[in-house]
Amino acid sequence: MIARALPVATVIAAILVLWYLGAVILNAPWERDQAQRAGAEISTAQLIANTMAQTRPVLPAPHQVAVEIWNTTVLKKITSKRSLVFHGWITLSSTLLGFAIGTVMGILLAVGIVHDRAMEMSVMPWVVASQTIPILAIAPMIIVVLNAVGLSGLLPKALISAYLSFFPVVVGMVKGLTSPDALQLDLMRTYGASRRQALWKLRWPSSVPYLFTSMKVAVAASLVGAIVGELPTGAVAGLGARLLAGSYYGQTIQIWSALFAAAALAASLVALVGLANRIVLRRMGMAR
Amino acid sequence: MPVGDRAVIEVRGLNLVFQTADAPVHALKDIDLTVKAGDFISFIGPSGCGKTTFLRVIADLEQPTAGTITVNGVSPRQARLKRAYGYVFQAAGLYPWRSIAGNVRLPLEIMGYSRAECDERAARTLELVGLSGFEGKFPWQLSGGMQQRASIARALAFDADLLLMDEPFGALDEISRDHLNEQLLALWAKTGKTVCFVTHSIPEAVYLSTRIVVMSPRPGRVIDVIDSPLPAERPLDIRESPEFLEIAARVREGLRAGHSYDD
Repeated sequence: MIARALPVATVIAAILVLWYLGAVILNAPWERDQAQRAGAEISTAQLIANTMAQTRPVLPAPHQVAVEIWNTTVLKKITSKRSLVFHGWITLSSTLLGFAIGTVMGILLAVGIVHDRAMEMSVMPWVVASQTIPILAIAPMIIVVLNAVGLSGLLPKALISAYLSFFPVVVGMVKGLTSPDALQLDLMRTYGASRRQALWKLRWPSSVPYLFTSMKVAVAASLVGAIVGELPTGAVAGLGARLLAGSYYGQTIQIWSALFAAAALAASLVALVGLANRIVLRRMGMAR
Repeated sequence: MPVGDRAVIEVRGLNLVFQTADAPVHALKDIDLTVKAGDFISFIGPSGCGKTTFLRVIADLEQPTAGTITVNGVSPRQARLKRAYGYVFQAAGLYPWRSIAGNVRLPLEIMGYSRAECDERAARTLELVGLSGFEGKFPWQLSGGMQQRASIARALAFDADLLLMDEPFGALDEISRDHLNEQLLALWAKTGKTVCFVTHSIPEAVYLSTRIVVMSPRPGRVIDVIDSPLPAERPLDIRESPEFLEIAARVREGLRAGHSYDD
């Protein structure tokens, strides 16, 4: 345990040291500028202390971000517009809806692609092409188009999430559904099994490990989609809105705390999928 | 075990040519063969002689390019759809997400047996191959030999009269192989099934079979069919008897003759 904890702690310490160093170096010019304008001398110790306590630093110090996160989560009511939990939930809800839509869509597309050659030839290129367009470019289009047909709020954002998350599921599931080897497929043939039976009894169970692997990628992509989807909606609510509002008003501490909240959210979602993976494989008898 | 008169498999002038990228491969050439009900027939030959391909033609997993073949009087495809045979592959190929009983139930579920009958048949066939008590285990918890026995149980579960076995014990060690050969003979005596058995082991072929079909490669063809005079009752030490060695010698001779032009 200690053998593993030590390297982890070392890396974290190194990151913190570099971060503080960066904060001092990047924030120092503004402090010097201020001192010069006031015509005052500033000692090095004072300079360093000041760089870590600015209200709008170029790079906020770690403890400033930590304090901001603490203030906007634990100390704020979660119904407050300034609560990070409130914004996190807005983003999480569209992430989860988009992830669910994307996963189901990805699975259905993969089943179609595996079973129909024509569908593979006609759909797969579009699936790939869809991912070469920067999401930042297409997100406002989706919002505008859906708004024109009367859809707004959660669903358009969720669809942008789905747009990003269906891709890894399609690719992973095509691989998973075709993973049974020739012997296993021949076995199904000797039983005179229909394609539907082969799908349920063989292809689907074989693809479960692949499904979970692609779902890990998809859930993280979903979160990115939800955040990007919040940007063109006028930055009303959500982590994306916090990021955008923060950059409008130069609130770098707010930006960084929103970034950390997003990263923590993504990490927990990926961990949850990993947990589900372990439980399902154990129940299937595939984990040893 | 008396061999009946009813022909289970009838093959006349069968040819199979695989079209490959560089040149067509003549996998089976002019095969004529009749397999009677209750036969235990072995196909022996070096790799590339088409013995596995021939078994796959019987099972409708490959299509012949010329000639006729009937299984139970109908085409292999119809026979397959009627679930006329159980197929045992070289690898056990058990599904890792199903328990041993679950694997044996697999064909039964596909064929639409009731839940109660699935359980009853799985228990019965697992007992037949000596795996009672392992129903709830997963494949990775069993040895290779036990896995192969489970796969035989799976092939027996739906009571097909014909059992097609493609080098089922090829990947096992000598001791397990002897043991399973003995059990297979006992099983065959008990069930009276017709067995087509592919192997490249001469002792295995001679020990098990009522008839031995010796095959040779390039093109794959039958060069000898030997009726075994050995009694139905075969203890393992029958392999030291003069009759046994005589048949083994004839098989070896056939295999060598098939190979001679090759060098």
